[in-house]
Amino acid sequence: MTDTVSSRPPTLMDKVIADTPGKAENLYACLQCGTCAGSCPSGPDMDHSPRSIFAMIDSGLEEEVLMSNTPWYCVSCYYCMVRCPQEIPITDIMYTLKRMAIEAGHFKEIDKDKAPEFSETFIDLVENNGRSFELGVIMRHHLRYHPISAVKLATGMGLKMITKGRLDFTPTKIKNLPQLKSILKKAKELGGAA
Amino acid sequence: MKYGYYPGCSMEKNARAYHTSTMAVTKPLGIELVEVDDWNCCGATEYIAINKIPAYALVSRNLALASEQNGSTNLVAPCSACYLNLKKVDHYLQEDAEIKEKVDIALDAGDLKYEPGSINVQHLLETLYLDIGVEAIKEKVKKPLHSLRVAPYYGCLVPRPGNMDSFDDAEHPTSMDKILDALGATVVEYPLKAQCCGGHMTQISEDTALELIRRLLKNAVDNGADMIATLCPMCQLNLDAYQDAVNSHFGTKFKIPIVYFTQLMGLAFGFPANELGFGQEIISAKPALKKITAEAPKPERTRERGKKSSALPMPTMLEEG
Repeated sequence: MTDTVSSRPPTLMDKVIADTPGKAENLYACLQCGTCAGSCPSGPDMDHSPRSIFAMIDSGLEEEVLMSNTPWYCVSCYYCMVRCPQEIPITDIMYTLKRMAIEAGHFKEIDKDKAPEFSETFIDLVENNGRSFELGVIMRHHLRYHPISAVKLATGMGLKMITKGRLDFTPTKIKNLPQLKSILKKAKELGGAA
Repeated sequence: MKYGYYPGCSMEKNARAYHTSTMAVTKPLGIELVEVDDWNCCGATEYIAINKIPAYALVSRNLALASEQNGSTNLVAPCSACYLNLKKVDHYLQEDAEIKEKVDIALDAGDLKYEPGSINVQHLLETLYLDIGVEAIKEKVKKPLHSLRVAPYYGCLVPRPGNMDSFDDAEHPTSMDKILDALGATVVEYPLKAQCCGGHMTQISEDTALELIRRLLKNAVDNGADMIATLCPMCQLNLDAYQDAVNSHFGTKFKIPIVYFTQLMGLAFGFPANELGFGQEIISAKPALKKITAEAPKPERTRERGKKSSALPMPTMLEEG
């Protein structure tokens, strides 16, 4: 960070940049050209387009930004990122905003969009087994949070996947799970969540 | 040539057909895939959304195991998300000193260490296209896929692995096109070949995901595809298993099989379909595969493109009235 930045209290933009790897400082140079918004496949379902989100970050609208469904609707397709004339790592910034939203306790407000819960369920399985078991994650997620859609899944697509031998019920466990757990435990101590 | 192999969780069950066919076709091409022992999940697109340093440490364990075990600096991942995560973590470990420092300490807690940049992460398509080459693949073809119209589908993460260099064009990739062409198939050109399949959005906002899937299916079908060839378990799952949901949501009647490009390579190499995982797809590939003919079809052009006579569109005289 430059002296100008460190001599004043960190703005929302400073915080977002500090927690994003790579050349995140390019966000200071966002042109508001809207290429990201125009490239975004899930843009129409977002509360605010990526371009708007960057304007809101610049304006310090922390709560509005972190309450927005925008990062949760990012599909990680990287179109915005390869097209951005300022080479802003937009997808990585979306991941940062997700972590900041969870940290700020906006987890419940975004609840309606199911996204943080899905990530949590997924991680829970990985941390306890070392492997994810794909569709099992989906089923567990739906059973825990959306029982009605779980029934729909189990009788529809789930059934077909079982017939085709593509659905697991039990996760594979890695052999050296204690090693993975020690690594993750240490990593969390070193500053896990944003 | 020996390569480290990181199959990823999907390959164990859901994308078994991809794994089986990969194993079948790499062998005759001289590729020996040595699976990284005791690899763990790459975290997909979920872990990084919750916890940054643990997400990097999770992936780094795989890189450390690969460099410790295999004696090969190349690590092949057939799944797009695994490929991206392995490549991206290796990249940021080199670029971001703070992440490197913390990941080093975390790995040390498991008695592991990893030197960033020491492993060359490749997607399977990259290995086949760059290291083996289209010509060598063509030489192995025993039963060309004549008359089969295949739409190559690249998805997002292989042509666009973040801001890192890719072996193919970010928006108009052609590597799989060239391989399919070498197999004797008719490659279907369609604009959405590198657009998103929706990824995990099927679980978060089904409406959003179904629309993305619908667009892809429509675009491939409108351009005359008999089937779509994929290179990623997530893309295959979304386009295949959610095709019925798309049909009931939009009142469409899509019935286009989604297969892995390695399955098509296997068929052309002369392996029987049942040794390549055919039959595990939800929309059966059987009717489309019956279209394969012994003779090559006459070259067809639905659109006149790239006429060599002039660089600019010029008015032409009508011949014979």
